[in-house]
Amino acid sequence: MSIEVTNLSFAYGNREVLRDLNFSIPDGCLVNVLGPNGVGKSTLFRCILGLNPHYSGSILVNGKDLRALSVRQRAREISYIPQSHASVYDYEVIDVVLMATGSELKLLGTPGPEQLQRAHAALERIGIEHLAHRTYTQISGGEQQLVLIARALAQNARTIIMDEPTSALDYGNTVRVLSCVRQLAREGLSIVQSTHNPDHAFLYSDQTMVLSEGRLRAFGDPKDVITSELISELYHVEVEVNSLYGDKVRVCVPLSEVD
Amino acid sequence: MAPQTNIKPALSVAARRARGILLGLAIFTVAVAAISLMLGRYPINPGEAVAMLVNQVLPLDQTWTDQQATLFFHVRLPRILLALMVGCCLAVAGAAYQGTFQNPLVSPDILGASQGAAFGAAMAILLGLSSLLTSAFAFAFALFTVLLVLLISARARGNHMMVVVLAGVMVSSLFQAGVSYAKLVTDPTDELADITYWLMGSLTGASMEKIALVFPVMLIGCAVLFALRWRINILTMGDDEAATMGVNARRTRIVVIIAATLITASSVCVTGMIGWVGLVIPHLCRMLIGADYRRLIPASMMMGASFLLIVDDIARLATTAEIPIGILTAFVGAPFFLYLITRKKKI
Repeated sequence: MSIEVTNLSFAYGNREVLRDLNFSIPDGCLVNVLGPNGVGKSTLFRCILGLNPHYSGSILVNGKDLRALSVRQRAREISYIPQSHASVYDYEVIDVVLMATGSELKLLGTPGPEQLQRAHAALERIGIEHLAHRTYTQISGGEQQLVLIARALAQNARTIIMDEPTSALDYGNTVRVLSCVRQLAREGLSIVQSTHNPDHAFLYSDQTMVLSEGRLRAFGDPKDVITSELISELYHVEVEVNSLYGDKVRVCVPLSEVD
Repeated sequence: MAPQTNIKPALSVAARRARGILLGLAIFTVAVAAISLMLGRYPINPGEAVAMLVNQVLPLDQTWTDQQATLFFHVRLPRILLALMVGCCLAVAGAAYQGTFQNPLVSPDILGASQGAAFGAAMAILLGLSSLLTSAFAFAFALFTVLLVLLISARARGNHMMVVVLAGVMVSSLFQAGVSYAKLVTDPTDELADITYWLMGSLTGASMEKIALVFPVMLIGCAVLFALRWRINILTMGDDEAATMGVNARRTRIVVIIAATLITASSVCVTGMIGWVGLVIPHLCRMLIGADYRRLIPASMMMGASFLLIVDDIARLATTAEIPIGILTAFVGAPFFLYLITRKKKI
């Protein structure tokens, strides 16, 4: 199992954000987490990444208890792809990717040829090797997101968490990033990503998880989980789920626009 | 494997360029130091300078006067060494702070080291202590101030990095007020001038004793920052991202802060306040060699050292009455920096 969460609860002070979550995610699985803003998706991710250490319950990543792992050991099991963001200084793309190779180095070590090789291989795997020596702050938002995916690959962890990877991207970049993620999951990585778009869950997930008010509302095959009723209730808009291309694809349509 | 074929050339171009620049900086620094040894109101020609240096190791026939030797070993050499050391330390501390606080406007005294040192020095001057004790006071107060800032920010809630910087600014202004008060109550004919002079910074008081005092601390601090240089890259991505990449950001930042504080305090305590170097040299180096701290740290060390030495040469040679170097760093550096950021062509 890639991630096993048992009785997970988390509170910021008195405000309970996550309540009694139980789920497990198998290896090589692409999971989409759906839920309205403020429902606890990011908090859940922070817990799994070890950034919110004061949770109750237990989290196992690749069979290892998160609490027993050091920061370095954690980074070998699980990596994180944040939303693309500007960096303060103008690093070259290859230097940004190299940053993820530190968990295996000695405390005072710097990356050597082996790490550099891996960073280039990661860029190659995403298909952006040509960006290696460009300045990270001067490439497009979509390219930056792909660089951050390459960085997570260079970290060599089997499990990857992505927090709304496409929220700042245009349509073309969104499709490119998501199909890249889809491909990586096919190659054996476990990837958990949050999204605001239920259509993406149909297209780009093996399993869909729905959070509602800090609880696990549903978890399973996207076609079973994403129903007209659930989406309408979750986001307070009347939605109908429709099927296209002989049910190869499904889409959510807001009813107010088609009546 | 396919990647190897197209990696090799791409890597070597960037790496060779960086290595070339670093080598160039090293040669430049040595050249500036060698020329500085010969510059001065009291003439020492290159042959004599080299002969005197060689004589320390291999005894030679004396071709120089005793007076020349005294001046060379007790005035000029220590001053040049100190300029190199202080320039190196301030620039590298500035670079390190700019990285750990993810803020390009930060300088080495962001956590109050300079103002603390100034307060300590003002106290020592008020008490009529010797120059060496003044340095000791300045050093102790610089460390005390930064410690105070760190203790306060550890107790405060909120964004840790923001709190550290805010606490630094507040505690700094507190000690600045202390210095102002000391200037107000002090004897205007004598001690006030000393304090004012100290605040403007100068390398005039350089001596081998002072160098021996600060050298070990500076060496250790610089070595730590050099060793952590690649990790500072990761800190610039923010604490959470650093943690997910296997770097304990808070712990690393504390080590960087301690090392940078030690070398800043050792610099300020012997020279007084020299601004500008720690803020701008790292930016000059970024323009020259890129943002990667693996190259930025050594580049800042060498450029800081040679820059401060050049400015100090101007300070001691340009006019008969020496200009305080703290003023000159801004006079020389700021226009040069403005020229660099406004000209169109990249370096």
